[in-house]
Amino acid sequence: MANHSATHPKHVHHHFVNSNQQFESAKLGMWVFLVNEILFFGGLFCAYIVFRAWYPELFTQAALELNTFWGAVNTVVLIGSSLTVAMAIRSAQNNQKRGLEINLLITIFLACVFLVIKYFEYEHKLHLGIAPGSFWNPTPEIAAVLDHPKANIFFGIYYMMTAVHGLHVIIGIALMVWLYLRARKGHFNSEYYTPVEITGLYWHLVDLIWIFLFPLLYLIE
Amino acid sequence: MASASPTANNAATTPTKLRVKRFPPAQTPTNTYLTDEKGVWAWLTTVDHKKIGLMYLGAVAFFFALAGFLAIALRTELWTPAKTFIEADTYNQLFTLHGAMMVFFVLVPSIPAALGNFILPMQLGAKDVAFPRLNLASFYIYVFGAIFTFLSLANNGFDTGWTFYTPYSSDSNSAGIIWVTLGVFILGFSSILTGTNFITTIHKLRAPGISWDRLPLNVWALYATSIIQVLATPVLAITILLLAMENILDIGIFDPALGGDPVLYQHFFWFYSHPAVYIMIVPGFGIISEVITTFSKKTIFGYWAIALSSLAIAFIGFLVWGHHMFTSGQSAVATTIFSFLTFLVGIPTGIKIFNWVATLYRGSISMKTPMLYVFIFIFLFSIGGFTGIMLGALSVDIHLHDTYYVVAHFHYVMMGGTLIALLAGLHYWWPKMTGKMYNEPLAKIAAGFIFVGFNVTFLPQFIMGAQGMPRRYYNYIDQFTPFHQTSTIGSYILAVGFLIILYYLAHSLFKGKQAGPNPWNSCGLEWQSTSPPDFHNFSHTPVVIHGPYDYHQPMEEFQLGLAIEHGHGEEHAAADATTSEAVTSETTEA
Repeated sequence: MANHSATHPKHVHHHFVNSNQQFESAKLGMWVFLVNEILFFGGLFCAYIVFRAWYPELFTQAALELNTFWGAVNTVVLIGSSLTVAMAIRSAQNNQKRGLEINLLITIFLACVFLVIKYFEYEHKLHLGIAPGSFWNPTPEIAAVLDHPKANIFFGIYYMMTAVHGLHVIIGIALMVWLYLRARKGHFNSEYYTPVEITGLYWHLVDLIWIFLFPLLYLIE
Repeated sequence: MASASPTANNAATTPTKLRVKRFPPAQTPTNTYLTDEKGVWAWLTTVDHKKIGLMYLGAVAFFFALAGFLAIALRTELWTPAKTFIEADTYNQLFTLHGAMMVFFVLVPSIPAALGNFILPMQLGAKDVAFPRLNLASFYIYVFGAIFTFLSLANNGFDTGWTFYTPYSSDSNSAGIIWVTLGVFILGFSSILTGTNFITTIHKLRAPGISWDRLPLNVWALYATSIIQVLATPVLAITILLLAMENILDIGIFDPALGGDPVLYQHFFWFYSHPAVYIMIVPGFGIISEVITTFSKKTIFGYWAIALSSLAIAFIGFLVWGHHMFTSGQSAVATTIFSFLTFLVGIPTGIKIFNWVATLYRGSISMKTPMLYVFIFIFLFSIGGFTGIMLGALSVDIHLHDTYYVVAHFHYVMMGGTLIALLAGLHYWWPKMTGKMYNEPLAKIAAGFIFVGFNVTFLPQFIMGAQGMPRRYYNYIDQFTPFHQTSTIGSYILAVGFLIILYYLAHSLFKGKQAGPNPWNSCGLEWQSTSPPDFHNFSHTPVVIHGPYDYHQPMEEFQLGLAIEHGHGEEHAAADATTSEAVTSETTEA
């Protein structure tokens, strides 16, 4: 294997024949991982479907407690971040170091905005005693409107779905910060931008899952 | 986004003609993976798939010994109808631990992560798996998951059975259940990473000339397994996460006391755990296909039938989970459909068995130890499979549900199938992995102990199960005493067999004869490397011009390695189908 260091570009690992094979492998690996993510969330969606089929009136009643306005704002924020991450990949492909950095920063900012809004939504609910599981203790005003005996289950599902999604957003932010630090060191160019591309794929999925969560939880009539 | 990318990256790889050349096979290993880097630290931080495979093998053997030891203790306790030497509560914890460890720490990772990790890249002529660092990560995640499970023992343990059914698991006052569920959750990631890695490796890292119809059947089996791992394991992850939340927060999705549904838990659990049965057994099928051709010196009968039946099992395996819940209050329509689908799984499995037997027909069979295990496998697994069909029949299952009949059935499949296949593979590839031969007569004696011991242990369980002995019971009525005692004696014979294996394999490591590169005269690509293999698997990137089972070709064809000449890095081409074909035609002319 004597000549490998001489013929391989620096970013290509020793077991790949060339840069393209490495890029294709990384992308396929990410797609397989995304399939995995879909099934992971699929379990939660399945629980949602089962309980909604059993208690349809509970779901319409409980969904009124969720703030549609802020949910909609968050949807726009996340879709915007999907656009900027796509622009970041484009910049990397075109060797635009500055564009890559700026787009990554905007994406990180939008992801943080999403989490801040989510935090205030949670905070408001916990204040009203609409808390998950054994902490379920709604104030009398809420209990008067939300009189379904299984109301805690809707919010059990709500908290599980949004918290697991929120965790994915946090992981996405961490990845994006890592990309930004590497971008500043000039690691990415038109020859090598694999991490930017596959993180982008991941981010699109996180966005997409929210696009399903928003109507299923907030917009039930 | 994705569409714009390949062109930018592609500059270096316009398909050019490969410069290929015949190399005399390397007989004496010079720089093997065992001598390349030394020291504990080098092993613990290695990204080499062969070393990671061996580390997995060690870990799996450790857990197998531990869980096997528990099994012996459980069988000893069942010697008398009342208490023999273990308290009832301890007994519940021990059988739970035995089941959980055998399933999650032994059977699931055994063949793919241990043997598969070692052999898969070699069968593809690759230098490593696609993501070596993730491969190492998967090993540490596995260790981490194991630590959590042991922590649960320090927190009152758990006694729910390995299935963690609610409300047992949600009403449990023990903190142990939270620890073990988190452990299993973590462990799932290790399985997912291995699956993702294998799928990518098989698609993208095949050596020039390995088209899809030249893929060894072991690779096809691992491919089917990886698909199940990727599609099923995340569902277990979310189930287990919800169960942990049920225990920590009382979110009420599965707990009937809070309005949740325990049968929903069973659906979720078996949606993973039934396909998981195929995660355990399908890689075993792959090993059997490899060993049976090598020791029959004959092309496999029905290559495509075996390859595609693995995928068919993977697919149908996802549709049969409901047969675990015939008595849980499913609707009659659902049970009937699940029963029918369960029969359907028997078809691809039967196809495999018939093709293996047809491969033997008029082959020149040599009864070496791996081949002996293949025969044991076919015998035991067929019994396991047939009794599975009986359990899939609705009315029969109502009678046999949760009896020892079920216990015997899944031990015939999991131990008589997966573990026997693992032993076949271990004995088959041992010379490749270590470069040493083992004591053949002793190995055959051990195989005899295992075969006899296994049947003495589990055949009586079919009978007492059919007579109504429920599984997991601590006490039993006197009429079952002879069956239980025979079973216990069988388990001791089994243990002796494994101790003999441990002895001669350890002996072989230190004093075994040199194996040479290809002791079985196999056509498989992995045997063209030295034993133990070079650090990069092959000293030259191999070019493949034959199928993996072309025993009708003269052996020299395989023993003289056809390889890409080095020093022409820019001429390396990715092993996609088109270039592979180009290589093939060109080299056969030369």
